[in-house]
Amino acid sequence: MNRFIIGQASEIEEKRARVVRILDTEIAIFKLTGGELRAIENLCPHKNGKLSEGIVCDHHVYCPLHDWKIDLNDGLVQAPDEGCVKSYHVEVEETTGNIILYVESKEPTRAS
Amino acid sequence: MKKKLVLIGNGMAGVNAIEQLLKLAPDKYEITVFGSEPHPNYNRILLSSVLAGDATIQDIVINDMDWYTDNGITLHTSQTVTHIDTEMKIVSTDKGLTASYDDLIIATGSLPFMLPLPGADKEGVIAFRDIQDCESMINAAKQYKHAVVIGGGLLGLEAARGLLNLNMEVSVVHIFKHLMERQLDETASDMLRSELESQGMKFLLEQNTDSILGDERVTGVRFKDGSEVKADLVVMAVGIRPNVALAKESGIEINRGIVVNDYLETDTPHVYAVGECAEHSGVVYGLVAPLFDQGAELAKRLAGIPSSGYKGSVVSTKLKVSGVNVFSAGQFVDSEGTRSFRIQDDFDRVYKKIVVQDGKLIGAVLFGDTSDGSKLFSMIRAGQDISGQEKELVLGAQGSSKPKSGIDFVAAMSNDEIVCGCNGVSKGTILSAIEEKGCTSVNDVKYCTKATGSCGGCKPLVADLLTYALGAEGVTAIKEGVCGCTTLGREEVVEAIRTMRLTSSREVMNVLEWKNPEGCSKCRPALNYYLGMIWPEEHTDEKESRFVNERNHGNIQKDGTYSVIPRIHGGVTTAEDLKKIADVAVKYDVETVKITGAQRIGLYGIKKEDLPKVWEELDMTSGFAYGKSLRAVKTCVGSTWCRFGTQDSMSMGIELEKRLERISTPAKTKVAVSGCPRNCAEATIKDLGVVAIDGGWEIYVGGNGGTDIRPAELLVKLKTEDEVIEWTLAYFQLYRENANYNERTSKWIERVGIESIKKGLASQEERKALQQRYEFSAGLTQDPWKEIIEQERLNKNYEPLQSLKV
Repeated sequence: MNRFIIGQASEIEEKRARVVRILDTEIAIFKLTGGELRAIENLCPHKNGKLSEGIVCDHHVYCPLHDWKIDLNDGLVQAPDEGCVKSYHVEVEETTGNIILYVESKEPTRAS
Repeated sequence: MKKKLVLIGNGMAGVNAIEQLLKLAPDKYEITVFGSEPHPNYNRILLSSVLAGDATIQDIVINDMDWYTDNGITLHTSQTVTHIDTEMKIVSTDKGLTASYDDLIIATGSLPFMLPLPGADKEGVIAFRDIQDCESMINAAKQYKHAVVIGGGLLGLEAARGLLNLNMEVSVVHIFKHLMERQLDETASDMLRSELESQGMKFLLEQNTDSILGDERVTGVRFKDGSEVKADLVVMAVGIRPNVALAKESGIEINRGIVVNDYLETDTPHVYAVGECAEHSGVVYGLVAPLFDQGAELAKRLAGIPSSGYKGSVVSTKLKVSGVNVFSAGQFVDSEGTRSFRIQDDFDRVYKKIVVQDGKLIGAVLFGDTSDGSKLFSMIRAGQDISGQEKELVLGAQGSSKPKSGIDFVAAMSNDEIVCGCNGVSKGTILSAIEEKGCTSVNDVKYCTKATGSCGGCKPLVADLLTYALGAEGVTAIKEGVCGCTTLGREEVVEAIRTMRLTSSREVMNVLEWKNPEGCSKCRPALNYYLGMIWPEEHTDEKESRFVNERNHGNIQKDGTYSVIPRIHGGVTTAEDLKKIADVAVKYDVETVKITGAQRIGLYGIKKEDLPKVWEELDMTSGFAYGKSLRAVKTCVGSTWCRFGTQDSMSMGIELEKRLERISTPAKTKVAVSGCPRNCAEATIKDLGVVAIDGGWEIYVGGNGGTDIRPAELLVKLKTEDEVIEWTLAYFQLYRENANYNERTSKWIERVGIESIKKGLASQEERKALQQRYEFSAGLTQDPWKEIIEQERLNKNYEPLQSLKV
């Protein structure tokens, strides 16, 4: 498992997301109301919509292209649609405020 | 040096006043709040939901502890203020805390009225007023079976419904013959009783309680006629009284409540009272809307903003009692000189009644379907003459709507014919969802197949398919709210935003009991629009509630890149601007440069992180080609060049576009100006079209050339350019204030009729007022591209985060 520092928690606004590109994968980092972060791959399984641009409601995001609803906790697509988005572990280091993202090291790692 | 403000009472009225004060004068006061309960400010109205198990205590908190911290407010919970020294200006609590003040707000609310019956002090006899009472009921339900609620008003019935949910056997005792006699007439009250009886509630009407029986704990209730009923829990819900003990003890003038003037001032200098403990012009209010009205006045007073003062509130009752909607307002009981019109539908359990006097609507009662409540209430308040409209008001507009689809039409469709064009759902797919998955409503079908889920244009067809497959009686009609998060419609939400002065989505969702705490992708943008339209200054635009295109100020394309379309007023450009556009297109290697359908130039395939740079280099303003706002004003060259032109359509178009740009409208709007009746700018398929005639102008409205092709209807013929501007802005504001979010003018005018638009714009006074409101809102907008370029905080959102492996 690889750890990446991807910035400060304060750089993301609540109910918004920013993206980070790691190992050719674009990952969307969401900040929920209250400040908790969630990370999922920035790719809707329906038509590759950028989930980072969706409207965030509690721990769900609605894909901006066709309104698919995805649970940010586990990446599961909500009914009536089906599918799953890859989710990642993300946390904020209390002392520094750094966002730490954990990505599996299947391929040779290359920080972008 | 900040002044010290102390608030006694950490409830909805007091804290709302503080919230409003913070908006007006955030730095004027150092604020200290005392509350007897151990909780932060919560929504007392929702206690019944906690009892019913639909919400947790956490869910009903309005201002959490962080809110107090963030606003620098000192909160003392579980501290009851027991003395006010109005000379020294110091308050002290039961636990020995003291605080001095420059200004003091008393918002001690009200206390449940406990009947002084023999045995009323026994264990198991409680009120229904705070979180602790809720907890007592929940605990009692675990051990005991028989509950008696004394009081057949709203509070009593809510308590009874909650106890039923907790699996207790519940009897409601009421001294009168009819339940909720203050809010309902006899017919509605009887309908409510039979509904509640079918839910398992028992009623003991016209019963006068004599005493509470039992040793330590209650075992029963005895009535004046000698009869008795078994009870392990007695909830007294006979009413509330203002909590004035502290004020009285401190020498502040009281009557029934703490007496206040129009500025919420008591007779003691620097002491104010607000909410259920206050009495204004002899009236003590017990509902939430007046309390917010009072809070707004008090906030102005404390902030030092001049105002004409509080003039009392007109109230209506709109409630959900055990799942049944009821509404009443004004004088709804018949009396001499009044005439009432009513319908009663015992199949759907709907009852409507309006009371008319001298042609004016003076009162109404609705049971079962309260969707017209807000409309009727505003008519009652306005004292409007409704002669001739009685039938429509009671029966609704259903009589006049003309069918557009029909059962025969859907029956004739083949099974593979597409019904929902957005999601590619065929008639066959919908029919099999109805047959196999048991769908009985349009919503069910949406959930199972996605049909109607996008643009919604096929709803009538899906409804007809349901009727075709199941017969009229098999279809479940679900009252459609703004979205699945609420059953409230647009009118009710807008009315609440106005009357309760709600200025953020969070407040709306909280006060109106949204099912999802942060809403969904349908309601969030809608609420953000309504809030901005009603409170252009007070509401802060919620970027996180805007669709991606409006948030990023470009249209997202299917590959995740964006389009950039700068403003070209009236479609009239210059060689310099064209050069700039060409230079940017070359520099950023723009894949497609296209003349759009709205007489401007679009650059397609721009990466998100390049957007701010592209805008900066273009040095042009946003064309809002992505927004629910004016897109463009299309023009022909008019009398400047054309040999047929009668007026200068280009100048008119440029002027209109400059006045209409940027401001949010319910849906996108398109405008055109043609220089003669040959109408080369196609003005008659626009939301507003101006067509020049010899010596004047014609204005057409409600046209559409897209999904809903519809010719515009003639609104008015005018002589001067100033009149065109006046009518256009007034029409835009009328649309902004009255249409549903996402409703194009064509649909809106189809729904309300061109006559009502003409009526709304008939008087010049009204047009000027609309224009003024429009210009006020428009004056607050600015070019978003420039804003983002200039503010680093905003433009960093366009860039990806950088990663560092550790």
